[in-house]
Amino acid sequence: MTKKIKNLNLNFGPQHPAAHGVLRLILELDGEVVEKADPHIGLLHRGTEKLIENKTYMQAVPYFDRLDYVAPMNQEHAFALAIEKILKIEVPIRAQYIRVMFCEIGRILSHILNVTTQALDVGALTPSLWGFEERETLMTFYERASGSRLHANYFRAGGVHQDLPAGLEGDIEKFCNSFPKIINDLENILTDNRIFKQRNVDIGIVSKQDALDYSFSGVMVRGSGVPWDLRKSQPYDCYNQLEFKIPVGKNGDCYDRYLCRIEEMKESISIIKQCLAKMEKGPIKTFDGKISPPSKKEIKQSMEALIHHFKLFTEGYRVPKDEIYTAVEAPKGEFGVYLISDGSSKPYKCKIRAPGFSHLQSMDYLIKGHMLADVPAVLGSLDIVFGEVDR
Amino acid sequence: MKNLFDLEKKINSELATKIKKTELKHNQIYIETNKDDLFDVILFLKTDKYTQFRQLIDITAVDYPEEVDRFKIVYLFLSHEFNHRVILSYFINENEVIPSITSLFPSANWMEREVFDMYGVNFKDHPDLRRILTDYGFEGHPLRKDFPLTGHSEVRYSEDKKKVINEPVKLEQNFRNFDYESPWEGTKYIKEQTISDDKKN
Repeated sequence: MTKKIKNLNLNFGPQHPAAHGVLRLILELDGEVVEKADPHIGLLHRGTEKLIENKTYMQAVPYFDRLDYVAPMNQEHAFALAIEKILKIEVPIRAQYIRVMFCEIGRILSHILNVTTQALDVGALTPSLWGFEERETLMTFYERASGSRLHANYFRAGGVHQDLPAGLEGDIEKFCNSFPKIINDLENILTDNRIFKQRNVDIGIVSKQDALDYSFSGVMVRGSGVPWDLRKSQPYDCYNQLEFKIPVGKNGDCYDRYLCRIEEMKESISIIKQCLAKMEKGPIKTFDGKISPPSKKEIKQSMEALIHHFKLFTEGYRVPKDEIYTAVEAPKGEFGVYLISDGSSKPYKCKIRAPGFSHLQSMDYLIKGHMLADVPAVLGSLDIVFGEVDR
Repeated sequence: MKNLFDLEKKINSELATKIKKTELKHNQIYIETNKDDLFDVILFLKTDKYTQFRQLIDITAVDYPEEVDRFKIVYLFLSHEFNHRVILSYFINENEVIPSITSLFPSANWMEREVFDMYGVNFKDHPDLRRILTDYGFEGHPLRKDFPLTGHSEVRYSEDKKKVINEPVKLEQNFRNFDYESPWEGTKYIKEQTISDDKKN
């Protein structure tokens, strides 16, 4: 007598700690081997793009914080750059350094979260405890500059909202000196760890060609040996005045991507140090009263400043008719904004290109033939945050 | 090709009639084509050794409800080799079915599903055209301009029926869209008048 064996369908999530948010992954299992993976996304869909179409350019900024909420300012950066290019405004050099510095802080925030939770997914608890302590310090920097730990709403078209408070630069410098030791500790516990390597080496291999075909970007494409980083190849703000290296992987597996992220954190520290050294006192946003609001002092003395202030916070500034795509190298990959303006004070269309969307799409291709236990490892190394995937 | 001007010339000469117009702006090439030539154009951009736009960045649509050809479909490509970006677009009307490019770029799969979900544009030969971001059983296409910001239905848990139910949206106050246009810039018809006067002079 023959027995019929049916493949097992398994629901992974939407409530699963290793799904990194609200991912519903429907897995078809043959024994413990994954035959097919069908990710169902959209459980965190908030209609960001629709909302942005109905808000002024300034009101749209906070929505960008809520996309990849692990590195909020990197997203704001893309939006600010898009508007600046259309309006053709120059950003003061101090503002550029502040923005780049906070983007790199965002990169460290994101990479700490990713590396340590990936370790958590494959069984190591300690790194996340160490890492999250550092994230807390970094988020205080966010708070001191912008007023909130996560949803900063700090970057503006033409600069940043306000100057850094006294003493912050010194504290960031202190952090830069103490943080490399933490990275070392993380590396000591993970890089040569037998269990960590068993779970990550040769898992979820991406070839160079597939990395291109599947629209990968960021660490996902660099881990496979493609030296592509928008900070180098299409530099924005003051990245062309800074020196940094681009770590590139060899095998394109989960382990190489982990190594890339560790190296990137070290590079980010060096970038932050350079920013602090080169930063000079000066204006932090454009003086154009039609775009950036006047200071409180000016409002009290000048009628024109008062009018500008009123117009900016009711109607908002107008952006001439244009169409543009700008991208930044966010921690997770290429984050882009495709903006269509129609001459009014609201965007006509604002399409957000999130790196995680195309990364998660390849889940089926990455996981086919792997064991069920590899699913969290691959998912962890894709670096998925549902805020940006679902928008 | 290293230079954008050369690249624009090359694209124009190679594809000639398949392209409606090209434009260089913001260090990117904007190409307008039409639906029937889409495959040829994309294949050329992807495979020609002087273009090599081998990465599809995104697919999206733009809704212009007052036009006859309502939707503008937009494809963004990137070439790692030459470090260029190209924005390819064409217009279609509401009921047209457009070819899917999943055979050329596997990553187009979800991007096309998103366009289908958000705008209701249908793709031919798509392997798996389902909604992607909206809820199971959702009706309507949210990013169309005639879809209200507040939506049509809201979801809540009903204690009586012991399940999650859909209801029509009830708002205490409607979404208010203020017109902040300054009164001394004049109303619409005066502005149109001044613009046409400017053109004459």
